[in-house]
Amino acid sequence: MINRREFLKNTVKGIACAALPLAAFEIIDPKKLFADKSGKPGVRWVFLIDTYKCVGCGFCVKACKNENEIPYDANVTRTWVERYVVTKDGQVFADSPKGARDGFATPKIDMGLGKYQEIKNEDIKKAYFVPKLCNQCENPPCVQVCPVGATYQAPDGVVLVDRKWCIGCGYCIMACPYGVRFFHPVYKTAEKCNFCYHRITKGMKPACVQACPFGARLIGNIKDPDDPVAKIIMTERVGILKEEYGTKPQVFYLGIDKEVR
Amino acid sequence: MKNHVWRPLFAVIGMAAVVLVIRAFYVPKDFGVHERGYMYGWYRAGNIEDWKNVKVKYQGREYCKTCHSDKYESIEKTPHAIIQCENCHGPALGHPENPAKLAIDKSRGLCLRCHSYLPYPTSNRANIRGIDPDRHNAGIECVMCHNPHKPSPEGMK
Repeated sequence: MINRREFLKNTVKGIACAALPLAAFEIIDPKKLFADKSGKPGVRWVFLIDTYKCVGCGFCVKACKNENEIPYDANVTRTWVERYVVTKDGQVFADSPKGARDGFATPKIDMGLGKYQEIKNEDIKKAYFVPKLCNQCENPPCVQVCPVGATYQAPDGVVLVDRKWCIGCGYCIMACPYGVRFFHPVYKTAEKCNFCYHRITKGMKPACVQACPFGARLIGNIKDPDDPVAKIIMTERVGILKEEYGTKPQVFYLGIDKEVR
Repeated sequence: MKNHVWRPLFAVIGMAAVVLVIRAFYVPKDFGVHERGYMYGWYRAGNIEDWKNVKVKYQGREYCKTCHSDKYESIEKTPHAIIQCENCHGPALGHPENPAKLAIDKSRGLCLRCHSYLPYPTSNRANIRGIDPDRHNAGIECVMCHNPHKPSPEGMK
């Protein structure tokens, strides 16, 4: 017959055992720990855009379309440049004719449907250009919704699309809060910026970064503390787009403003 | 149990077996869950190699320099030194083998990308010397007078 003292003792022992996490029983392999510490640092590609430096020439868009074989005259592009003009009475105008493939050569704002808005120079409070591209989110919603595993996050953070696997359902295009995805007019599969994966993995810069004459677009590795871009992101005031979606975008902006959507 | 209950069950099991056999042959070995788990890392690993193998078209100015060092060095002294050769001359892939392949863009529109003046006080654009394309010799190609390799007034043709 169990007495009161024994019962309480066993109860305490039982609770203590149940509270032990399974991980406490894992035998740690010293080799594994050593590899994690001494192995070469990982890679996590990030992008930095300086909107003060961008002049809206659109050379990035031209280079991107040629480099990544996006039909030049189709109105789709992996990267594009937006122009924001804020007038003194608080109105915000934004346009991106042909994704700024040919730059911005006129002060008239393209309102769509063949309409153009003229803005007097003296009415402009501020005006600037904002290049856009895939944010290679840490939590990419486009990847979550893919029903066939055709889009995924590579170990270095870049989100890729498997053209052989893509069935063209378009869920990912709807899921992206940044509107960076589209159907490739030739392959009829989902298409997006991948930081020029074939170039960055060879130690080259993405085509848009190389083509930018003003250094407005930079790429770096956030896991490398000596990387100049990582240093800027960690020490300066940078903004991201649509933070409220919780996607953790990895394209950072200097000089971004509240008008930018 | 009665035979009419077992027969459809066998049919369903048979169909499931056929599907599993087809799947075993059709789905590649490298398709599955990788580093980031089922939500973000469910993919065919071979596709990463497919993307790495895409051909590089834009080679960069250092590549152009290997043959055209004279042009490289002369433009280095001008404000246009910041512009990549290939921005105007087109991607260099296949150019050394077939020089005619380069599609050189000498159009007015190319120059206007930067030199059409836009009075945007908070953008670097306002700091670039520019013209009003409607009033500055409209319709005439810029290269008729200006030399893009030597944009200073001394370089005028």
